Amino acid sequence: MKKKIADILRQRFYGDESPLDEDMIASLGEQPQGLTRSSNEALEALEGVRELRVQRAQEQEHEMYRQIHAWSYSSGVKIIQRLYRILSAVTCFGIVMFLLWTVNTLPPFGDPGNPDNNEVAARYVELGPGETGAVNMVTGMILDYRAFDTFGEATVLFTAACSALFLLKLHDHKDGKPTKTWLEAEYDDRFHEPKNDQILQFAAKLLTPVVLLFGFYVVLNGHITPGGGFSGGAIMGAGLILYLNAYGFKKTERFFTYRTFQWVTFAALLSYAGLKSYSFYTGANHLESGVSLGVPGNILSAGFILPLNICVGLVVMCTMYVFYTLIRKGGV
Amino acid sequence: MGDILSLLWTHLDVTVAILLFGIGFTTLLLHHNLIKKIIGLNIMETATFLFLTSQGFIAGRAAPVLAEGAAAAGYVNPIPSGLVLTGIVVSVSVTAVMLALTIRLYRRYHTLDIDSMTLMMKGEDE
Repeated sequence: MKKKIADILRQRFYGDESPLDEDMIASLGEQPQGLTRSSNEALEALEGVRELRVQRAQEQEHEMYRQIHAWSYSSGVKIIQRLYRILSAVTCFGIVMFLLWTVNTLPPFGDPGNPDNNEVAARYVELGPGETGAVNMVTGMILDYRAFDTFGEATVLFTAACSALFLLKLHDHKDGKPTKTWLEAEYDDRFHEPKNDQILQFAAKLLTPVVLLFGFYVVLNGHITPGGGFSGGAIMGAGLILYLNAYGFKKTERFFTYRTFQWVTFAALLSYAGLKSYSFYTGANHLESGVSLGVPGNILSAGFILPLNICVGLVVMCTMYVFYTLIRKGGV
Repeated sequence: MGDILSLLWTHLDVTVAILLFGIGFTTLLLHHNLIKKIIGLNIMETATFLFLTSQGFIAGRAAPVLAEGAAAAGYVNPIPSGLVLTGIVVSVSVTAVMLALTIRLYRRYHTLDIDSMTLMMKGEDE
C-alpha cells in the first residue's frame, strides 16, 4: 500500500520519468569499478541534476495551485454565489412559511381574553395613577415602575452616539492647521449641499420655532398626554436638523457645539441617575420618593416623571442631532 | 386553502408582520449593498414592532391615557407599547452604529458592495 502511494506521488511530481536520471544510474553503476570516492565534478553534476528536478517539480506544483486559484476566482465564485442566492431564498421562504404556520396557534386580534392581557396590565391601569401620579400609563410605566430600564435605554443612545463619534469624527485641526480630510469633507459639504436656499430658509424660519416648541410641549406633557421624552426629543432633534440644513454649520455652531453635546448629555444622564438612585439602591423596588405626587392630570404632578422626561428628551435631542452631523460631515 | 386564507385574514396583523419580516430578511441576505442590508434589517425590526404592538390591542378600547372616572377595563394593554418604545430606541442606536461603520468602510474601500470589499480585504492580507 505504502509503495503504491509512493508510486502515485512520484508519478504526480516527476511524470512518467523515473526520478533517477540515466546519467545518475550510469554513474552509480560506474562507482564500484573505479574510484572509491566520486570526484568533486561528478558530485556537482549530480547536485545540479537534482536541483533541476526539484525546480521542475516546484514549478509544476505552482502551476497546479495557480489553476486551482483561477478556478475558484472565476467559476468557483460564481457557483458559490448562485448556491448562496438559492439557499438564502429557500431559507427566507422556509422561515416565512414556518411563521405563517404558527399563526394557527396565536390568539385572535383584539380579543380581551388574550394571554398577554393578564393581571399585570390590569394592575398597571387600575393602580397606576394612584401610585405614579401619571395619567399616561405608558409613561408612568416606563419612567416610574421601570425607570431603571429606561435609564439603560438613554445610556444605549448615549453609547451609540459615542461610538459614532469615535468612528466618524474627523480631526479638524492639527498644529493649528486644518487637516486634509477635514478640508475635503468641508468641500464636499459645500459642493453637494445647497447653500442659501431661499425656500428652505424661509420654511426653516417659519417652522423651526414651532417644531422646537411642539417638541418641548410633548416632553413636558409626557405624563398627561401621549408622548414623552423619546418622542419629544426626536421632534426637537428634527427641528435642529431642519435649521442646520437651511442655515449651515456656521450658524448652528453659535449655540450647539461638541461641548454642548458633551455637557448636556452628561448633565442629563447624571441627573437622571441622581433622581432615581434611591431605586437603584433598592434593586428598583418601588419606594416612596418623598415628593408629593400631586393631582393626576396637572402639569406639576407625578413626582419625578416630569424631570426624568426632560432629561430623556435632552439626551434624545442631542443624540439625534449628533448622528445627523456626524454622518453628514464627520464633526459636530 | 379557503380555511387557511380566512385564518390569515382574521390574523391580518400577524400575517402582515410575518410578510414584512420575510421581505426584510430577504433584503438582508440577497443584496450586496451594505446600505440596502441595513434597510432590510430595519424592515425586520419594524415587523417585530408591528407584531408586538398589535398583541397589546383590545378591540373597542381606548389608548391608556386615563380619563377621570373611567373604568380600568376601558383601556388597551400598555405593556407592549412600553416594550416597543425600548425596541425602537435600541434599533435607532444599532442603525446609527451600522451606518457609521459603513461610512468608515466606504472611506477606506470606496465601495459599498460587500463582495468587492471582501476581495480587497483578502488582497490586503496577502
